[in-house]
Amino acid sequence: MTGKEYRTITDVKGPLVFLNKTEPVAFGEIVTIRLADGSIKNGQVLDTSDDLVIVQVFEGTAKIDRTAGVTFMGDVFKLPVSKDLVGRILDGAGRPRDGGPDIVAEENADIIGAAINPFSRQSPHDFIQTGISAIDCCTTLVRGQKLPIFSASGLPHNDIALQIARQAKLKGSDEQFIVVFCAMGITAEEYNFFRSDLERTGALENAALFVNLADDPAVERIITPRLALTAAEYLAFEHDYHVLVIYTDMTNYCDALRQIGAAREEVPGRRGYPGYMYTDLAMLYERAGIVKGKKGSITQFPILTMPGDDITHPIPDLSGYITEGQIVISRELHQQGIYPPINVLPSLSRLMGSCIGADTTREDHKSVSDQMYAAYAQGRELRGLVAIVGEDALNERDKQLLDFSGVFEDRFLRQSRDEDRSIDETLDLCWELMSSIDTKYLVRLDQKWIEKYHPDNKA
Amino acid sequence: MSKEGVIYRISGPVVTATGMSAGMYDVVRVGDEGLMGEVIELHGEKAVIQVYEDTSGIRPGEPVINTGETLSVSLGPGLLTQIYDGIQRPLPTLEEVMGVFITRGVDADAFDLEKKWTFEAVVEKGAAVEGGQVIGHVQETETIVHKIMVPPTMSGVVKNIKSGDFNVTETVCTLEDGSEIQMMQKWPVRTPRPYRQKYAPDTPLITGMRILDFLFPLAKGGAAGIPGPFGSGKTVTQQSLAKYSDAQIVVYIGCGERGNEMTEVLDEFPHLIDPNTGKPLMNRTVMIANTSNMPVAAREASVYTGITIAEYFRDMGYDVALMADSTSRWAEAMREISSRLEEMPGEEGYPAYLSSRIAEFYERAGRVETKNGDDGSVTVIGAVSPPGGDISEPVSQGTLRIVKVFWGLDAGLARQRHFPAINWLNSYSLYPQSLNQWFRDNIAQDFPEIRTQISGLLQIEAELQEIVQLVGSDALPVDQQLTLEVARMIREFFLQQNGFHDVDAYCDINLQYSMSKAILSFQEAAKNAMAAGAQLNDVVNVPARTALMRGRFEKGYIDTIDDMVKTMIDEIGATVEDN
Repeated sequence: MTGKEYRTITDVKGPLVFLNKTEPVAFGEIVTIRLADGSIKNGQVLDTSDDLVIVQVFEGTAKIDRTAGVTFMGDVFKLPVSKDLVGRILDGAGRPRDGGPDIVAEENADIIGAAINPFSRQSPHDFIQTGISAIDCCTTLVRGQKLPIFSASGLPHNDIALQIARQAKLKGSDEQFIVVFCAMGITAEEYNFFRSDLERTGALENAALFVNLADDPAVERIITPRLALTAAEYLAFEHDYHVLVIYTDMTNYCDALRQIGAAREEVPGRRGYPGYMYTDLAMLYERAGIVKGKKGSITQFPILTMPGDDITHPIPDLSGYITEGQIVISRELHQQGIYPPINVLPSLSRLMGSCIGADTTREDHKSVSDQMYAAYAQGRELRGLVAIVGEDALNERDKQLLDFSGVFEDRFLRQSRDEDRSIDETLDLCWELMSSIDTKYLVRLDQKWIEKYHPDNKA
Repeated sequence: MSKEGVIYRISGPVVTATGMSAGMYDVVRVGDEGLMGEVIELHGEKAVIQVYEDTSGIRPGEPVINTGETLSVSLGPGLLTQIYDGIQRPLPTLEEVMGVFITRGVDADAFDLEKKWTFEAVVEKGAAVEGGQVIGHVQETETIVHKIMVPPTMSGVVKNIKSGDFNVTETVCTLEDGSEIQMMQKWPVRTPRPYRQKYAPDTPLITGMRILDFLFPLAKGGAAGIPGPFGSGKTVTQQSLAKYSDAQIVVYIGCGERGNEMTEVLDEFPHLIDPNTGKPLMNRTVMIANTSNMPVAAREASVYTGITIAEYFRDMGYDVALMADSTSRWAEAMREISSRLEEMPGEEGYPAYLSSRIAEFYERAGRVETKNGDDGSVTVIGAVSPPGGDISEPVSQGTLRIVKVFWGLDAGLARQRHFPAINWLNSYSLYPQSLNQWFRDNIAQDFPEIRTQISGLLQIEAELQEIVQLVGSDALPVDQQLTLEVARMIREFFLQQNGFHDVDAYCDINLQYSMSKAILSFQEAAKNAMAAGAQLNDVVNVPARTALMRGRFEKGYIDTIDDMVKTMIDEIGATVEDN
C-alpha cells in the first residue's frame, strides 16, 4: 500500500522502536526498517496512536538509529501458504532456509489465527498409536489433542518427540501424519539432530520445518509458532492432512514474551512473565483440534523444559491449564537408565476416555490402565516405607506390589528408541507383568477381563 | 460533543477514542467494521474502550460510535437450550455467518426474534402491576414455563393485555400511561436485578455427589468455591453439578477454558436426561462458552452475562444454579485489561479492585423474595484455578473470603485416582447449621449426627495415618486397625464416586444416608464381633461386605441395601463362631 518512508524514530529500547507523527497506522501492521547501510529489518506494530507508534523488531534493534527509514506495509503479518510447504525448511520468519525458492502462495493467511467456534469443533476420538507403551496405555494420545511434554534440561525429550513423530499412526492404518516442526531458540546441534533424524527416516519429505535457533533474534520467536500453526491449519483444513505439530522449546518462547513485556515496561505477573501469557499461550495451544465438515486435524506436541524441574513454574503451570493433559519426563528414571523416562503418575491425558475401548483400542484397556497405574503408584509409595522399616516388615501384598513397581519400570516403561509396540502388544505385556501379583489384589481389573486375558487363564 | 468520535490509539484489546461524548460502560462500535466495545475509563476528552473482538488492522482515525446503551443482555423466551459466547451471541448463528472460525464484526440476535410463542396472560385489564410482576406465561420448553414479567423499571395499570401467539418483540400488554411491554426485555449486565428482600438459605442444593451433599452441603442461594490445580477434576465436578443438581435452571459458563472440553459438553448435554424430571437436560440449561483463545474482553463480560440470565430466571421464582469454570480466567482477563490501562497493580499484577469485583459477583447469589412475591434463588459455584495449586494467591483468597462453601480439590487425591478429588480434611461448609433442620425433616432425624460421626472417623484416620507412616499398620492395636478399615470404607465406598458411571454418577440423598448408616453398622458389628473374639481379617473379608460395596454400581441399590447390610451383620456375627 503506502510506500512512504518515515524518519521519525524517537526512541529505541530493547526490541522496540518508537516513532511519532505518522499517517494512521494499523494495529498489528507489518513494518520494514531500512538502515543506513541498506539492510532491512522487519517488525510489527504493537501500539498505535496519532502521536506515537511502537514497533517490535523481529531481527533485534542492533544498528537502528534515528535516521533509519520506516515503512508501513499496510497489512498485518501474513504467511504465504501452499501445499508446497511440505518438504521445506523455513526460518523463524517464514523465509526459505534450505536454499530453495520462495513459497508460491496459494493463499496469504493471517498468522494470528481466528478462534475455532466451540460449537463447530468435533470431539476428538481417534486413537493415535505412538508405539510407546507408557503413552499408549496410560496417557493415550487422541487425534486433535494438544499434549505437551513437560521435561527439563538434560532429559531426552527430543528423542521421545522424534520417536512419536516417526511412529504415530492410527491403529490399523498406515496413514502418515504430516509433521510441522517448529523450533524456537534451540541450539544448532539440537536442530541438526532433529533434521538428520527426519532425513534418515525419510520423514522430512512429509514435514515442514520452521526454525528459529538460539542465535536468531529472540523476538522472532513470537511469530515462529504462529507461522507453523498457520501452515498446519492450512494443510489440515484446506488439504485434509492430519498434521502433527511439534514445537520446542516453549520455555524460550515464553522468555521472548517476557523480554518484550519488559521493554514495554508492562506490569509483570509471576516471575516477570506478562499477565497476558495465559491468553497468549491459549492462542497457540487452542489451534489444535478437528472441526466439523473438514477431514484434516491438528494434533500438537509442545515440548517445554521446566526451569529447575519445577512443575509449578508459570510456564508448565499455565500450559497445564490449557492443554489436554501432559506427559512428564522424570529425571530420576532417566538417571536409572530407563528410556523413555516417562513418569506416568503425574502424566495425564484428558481425552483418553473418549478414545479407548472395544471399538478403538481393546475392551480391557481402561481396566488394565487403571490397574497398572494403581499398582505402580502403590509400589512407588512402598519404596519410601521400605527405606524406613525394611522390606521384611511388608506383608505379602505389599511385597508383590513393591516388586511390581520395579518390573513396571524395567519392562513396561523401558523400550528402545526404535521399538514400535502395537497397542495389543502393550496390553498383553501389561497382563504378563500384572500376573506377578496375586489376582485377589488386582481389584481394579474387571473379572471378565481376568478370565479372558490373564496369562493363567489363557494358557 | 457528539455520539461519534474517532480512534486515537490502539493497544491490543484497548482502544482510546476522542471527540465522543461517552459515559462509563457505554457500549460503542469501533472502527469501520463496527467492532463491539465498552467504555471503561474516561480521561478528559478521551474515552478508553475495551473491545470484544480482535483489533488487528484497525487504524487511528477510524470512527467510533456510541450506542448510548450499557452492555446488556436480551432476556425472554428462547434463552433456554442456547449456547452463547461471552457477549450473548449464539454460537450456532455465528457458525452460519462466519464458518468454523470466529472472525469479527458480526452481530447476532440472542435468540430468534421471529419465532411465535404462545403467551397466556395471567393478569387482567385494569390490574395494577409493578416492575417484576408476572403478567403471563409461555411454555418455553417441555419442562420450563417462562414467566413474562413487567420490566423492573416499569409499573402502572394494565390498559390492554391479550393472550395468543406473538414473537418476542410484539407488544403483549399496554399500560395506562402508554408504555408497552414485550416478551423480550433488556437488562444491563453489570447491574444486579432488583428483588424485594434476601432470605437466609434453608434448603440444600442436592447434587447427587456424596461428599458434597453429605459432608459439605451447599444451600440453594449459597455460593461455593472449588479451587484446585490442573488435572484435579474441577471441570468434571462442575459438569456433574450441571448435570445432576436439583436446580430448576442451570447456567453454565465456560470462561476461558479448553475448546475441546467445551465441545464435549456441547456434544454431551443435548443427550443427557435430567434425573429429576426425566426430560432432556438442555431444556433447563443456558450455556456460555468463551474459550481461552476467544477475545479477552468478552471473557471478562461472560460471567456478568451469565449471572444476569440467572437472576432473570430467579425473578420468575426458580431455583437457579450457576457454574463458572473458571473464575481465575475471568480474573486474569481483568488483570490483562488493567495492565493495558496502566493501572497501579495490587497483588501479583491483579488490579486493586480484584477482591471487590469477586465479592460483588458472588453477592449476586442468594435466596430472595422476588418482586412478584415468589421465592427464587441463584446458587453460584465458581471454579478457581490457582497457579501451582497454591491457594494463597489473590483469586483464591478473594473467593474464600466471600463464599461459605469451600470444596478443595487435591492433586494428591487425583493422582491416587480418588475422585471426586475433594479433600475432606480442609474443605468446609458453613451451611450445615441452617440446613440441619431440612435434613432432619426430609431425610432422617439423626442425619446431622451421622454426618458428625462420619467426619469424625475421617479426622481420627488422618491422625492414625501419621503413626502408620512411621511404624506400619500392624503395630497399631486392633481397635485402631478397625477404625482404619472403617475409614477406608468411607473413602472407597462412600466418598469415591465415579462421575462417568451410569449408576454411580448420581446418588440419591436418601441412598447417601443409607450408605453412611451401612458403614456405621459395619463398624458396630465388627466391634462387637471382635470383642467376642473374632479376627479383624475375617471380619473385614466377609463376602457380604464386598457385595455391599460393589452394590452401589447396580441399579435399584436403594431397595437392596438394607438386606445387604443385614446379611453382612449376620456374616460378621458368624466369624465369632468360626474361631
